[in-house]
Amino acid sequence: MRSYYDDRIVALSARLVTPFIQLFALYVVFHGHYSPGGGFQGGAMLAASFLLIRLSIGTAAAQSQFQRSWGTPVSSIGALVFLGAGLIVMFFGFNFLDYAGLPLGLSDPELRNAGILAIELGVAVTVAATLTAIYDDLVGEPLGPLAGGLDEPTVVAEADQVEGPEWDVEFGNG
Amino acid sequence: MRHLTLIVLIAFAGLLFYGIGHVPDRGALDSPPNAAESAVGSPNAAAYYVENAYLDAETPNMVTVTLADYRSFDTLGETVVVFTAGMACALVLRRSRR
Repeated sequence: MRSYYDDRIVALSARLVTPFIQLFALYVVFHGHYSPGGGFQGGAMLAASFLLIRLSIGTAAAQSQFQRSWGTPVSSIGALVFLGAGLIVMFFGFNFLDYAGLPLGLSDPELRNAGILAIELGVAVTVAATLTAIYDDLVGEPLGPLAGGLDEPTVVAEADQVEGPEWDVEFGNG
Repeated sequence: MRHLTLIVLIAFAGLLFYGIGHVPDRGALDSPPNAAESAVGSPNAAAYYVENAYLDAETPNMVTVTLADYRSFDTLGETVVVFTAGMACALVLRRSRR
């Protein structure tokens, strides 16, 4: 039986577009110092790339890209990076979130530049993982091909047997 | 009742348009948020941000500097809000393993 996820055109175009979306998302995150952008926007685009794969080939097959169980820990890590950047400087006698106290051996403006990048990365990771996790929670159990795990026979395998004339190819000896 | 709603809506729209006509131009230096000194003579934050953003953080985008450095506590709160939304969805929607 053909399932919703067996459309090759949708799956292929989603797979083709996803790396470019992710590259642009990283550009938006890292170029936030120089142009409009930053952690929230880049993280949302990163989540969009994950959700595109999930929508096109199914949540089950998309587990190899971003696993369902990663959502909560990864978003926690992002928030902890932000908090950590704020807390570390307190051990060096600076105010909370005053990046001039980061122990990197740079000048004050360079340290603030690095601190901004660090927290933008934390924000991006949190937003991307949280949005993906919310989608996964709404969907529930993974759907689509590979829903039973990699070892189980899948819907794709059945769909590969396309209806049509059967070609009997015989390789004779001559 | 529908006519009353319509009248109230039109009156409210007129109020909003009247207000918009009196909003100072964007970036006008004589408007209170952009002035270097507030009405009571204390230094204003926005003017400081505009003047010192690049000097403080070597980052050309002063919006980023304001969000992530001067007002990073606010951004931390926003991140925690997003994180909390994810946690709330997980609590409500994930099935408990029994």
